[in-house]
Amino acid sequence: MSYLSKMIIPLFVLFVIFYGYKKKVLIYDSFLEGAKEGLITVFNIFPSILAMVFAINIFLNSNILETIFGVLTPILDKLSLPINILPMAFVRPISGTASLAIMNEIFVNFGPDSFVGRLASTIQGCTDTTIYVLALYFGSIKINKTRYALSTGLFADLIGIIASFIIVSLIF
Amino acid sequence: MINKIWGFFIIVGIIFMLIFGRVTELNDTILTSATSGVNMILDLLPIIVLWSGIMKIAEKSGLLNSIGNFMKPVLSKLFPSLKKDSKALGYITSNIAANAMGLGSAATPFGLKAMEEMQKENKNKDTASDAMITFLVLNTSGVTIIPTTVIALRMMHGSSNPEEIIITAILATIAASFAGLTLDYIRRRKRK
Repeated sequence: MSYLSKMIIPLFVLFVIFYGYKKKVLIYDSFLEGAKEGLITVFNIFPSILAMVFAINIFLNSNILETIFGVLTPILDKLSLPINILPMAFVRPISGTASLAIMNEIFVNFGPDSFVGRLASTIQGCTDTTIYVLALYFGSIKINKTRYALSTGLFADLIGIIASFIIVSLIF
Repeated sequence: MINKIWGFFIIVGIIFMLIFGRVTELNDTILTSATSGVNMILDLLPIIVLWSGIMKIAEKSGLLNSIGNFMKPVLSKLFPSLKKDSKALGYITSNIAANAMGLGSAATPFGLKAMEEMQKENKNKDTASDAMITFLVLNTSGVTIIPTTVIALRMMHGSSNPEEIIITAILATIAASFAGLTLDYIRRRKRK
């Protein structure tokens, strides 16, 4: 399994470059153009990353979760889950940056190769920010009766989180 | 929504720490979080720039379009209310293909175009149509093949195998998409 994972990025890069080469695209110039756009992306997301790290650090360092959900700790311990995974699962559908900041906190405290580190990575990688996407797309065409869209989207997120837990437990 | 949650995290965190008299720690947290934010963006910067460059090649060489065409027959089955040659379906495939390649910023304009096209065939202009809901359920389960930001942060925090979560993320995505589409199908059927 880890061999397969190791092959994906190199093969992907090889394929993209080779395909571009064969189609006679100016690959070097295209790369520079894209890299420049990437730099602008980083510049644009920096304020929101800073804002979220600020808020998340205060919230997690306050230990409020440990105090309020202390009763749950024995159950979570049995599953070898730190309590920080709860706010991550909660904010994932609302803000990708916020959940990224929590994942980063988990890496700092427990390491990326811990069970919770792998779980957080999988959750971050498997789902998108449902509530944000619905607001953006329905808002753009002025639809306010969204019927069962939100509950179905959140249901998919929930299944994604549960599936992440099961899959990470089984594979690692 | 995001404003409320952001405020909630800060207000609750500060009040809670003040109640327990952890003022020194609170000061430290506030002052160091800016540095943590800068460190995080510096961790992300190299990979975002590198990957955007590689993806530009995929876009310019028409690879994105080919992947879209490859997926079209499968996707068209998920949207029985759309015609096979409709513009909406074209935009939907481009959106899903761009998302899969991790090109979030390229995916959004396609998604907005798809919504516009579906709105033209929609009878009640203020109510979501079946196809719109299916599209958004598929879109929000986020089919990303290589989650570069996650891999970059794992690498920067010293993971011995940063890319090992690619497979688990793909499997979890499949489970989420399948669950979402099934529930969507059941609810669409129930109404008729």
